[in-house]
Amino acid sequence: MGGIATHHTGQNMANRPLSPHLQIWKWGPHMLVSILHRVSGDGMAIVGLGVLLWWLGALASGPEAYETFHSVMTTPIGYLVLIGLTWAFFTHLCSGLRHFVLDTGAGYELDANKMWSIASVVGGVVLTVAFWAAIFLL
Amino acid sequence: MGNGTSIGRVRGLGSAHTGAHHWLLQRFTAVGNLVTLIFLIVSLLTLPNLSYATVSGWIGQPIPAVMMALLVLTTFWHARIGLQVLVEDYVNDSGSRFGVMLALNLAWIGGTVFGLFCIARLALVPVATGGAA
Repeated sequence: MGGIATHHTGQNMANRPLSPHLQIWKWGPHMLVSILHRVSGDGMAIVGLGVLLWWLGALASGPEAYETFHSVMTTPIGYLVLIGLTWAFFTHLCSGLRHFVLDTGAGYELDANKMWSIASVVGGVVLTVAFWAAIFLL
Repeated sequence: MGNGTSIGRVRGLGSAHTGAHHWLLQRFTAVGNLVTLIFLIVSLLTLPNLSYATVSGWIGQPIPAVMMALLVLTTFWHARIGLQVLVEDYVNDSGSRFGVMLALNLAWIGGTVFGLFCIARLALVPVATGGAA
């Protein structure tokens, strides 16, 4: 450690090491769950809220508009969008609950962090499958 | 921000003194999302079918209407905060950032008001025969 004198010279400030970016790190579950949280959240914000407003607008407009919404959403692409949104929701839900735990200062030990990162991703997939099984089978 | 002294180079780059509020709102609305979306999912799974008459009749009732109105408020608010973070991370040009944040805020208010209006209409106005029964 350089001590106070070197810290205050402009030259050293300019040459200080920068934090390496994504490509240098070995990928781990905690990185996957972090980027999935952002992707699923922003995906829902843009696509999911659009679908929500279409659904509410169709309901408020009457049976014909609702029928249009219903027929588009039951095409293969419609199902793909809806299944993608439910996956995004359950994944964001699980990783969001993980964030609440991390907010308390718990769960940063390497093993626990890795375990709950994996559990968040797996939990999102399991809940998505359970939801659509309930839709189709019940 | 000056170029002279050490303190001058960093002055103004510290806390904006508003971050905690933003951070807390993201948590509060997250809990709001959790409660209202679980209500929606359980309702969709337990309705006898998803026909127009069934769904519009359900959403016109007081408790579902209020829960859906709260869902619109809390999800749009949460999405607005989340998208702001995305914009701040990836849109570096300050002019572009201003434009994107302007569009984001307009979309946020517009989407919220549209959603609330639709629910109010479903709850207060019989839309069609066989509709809000």
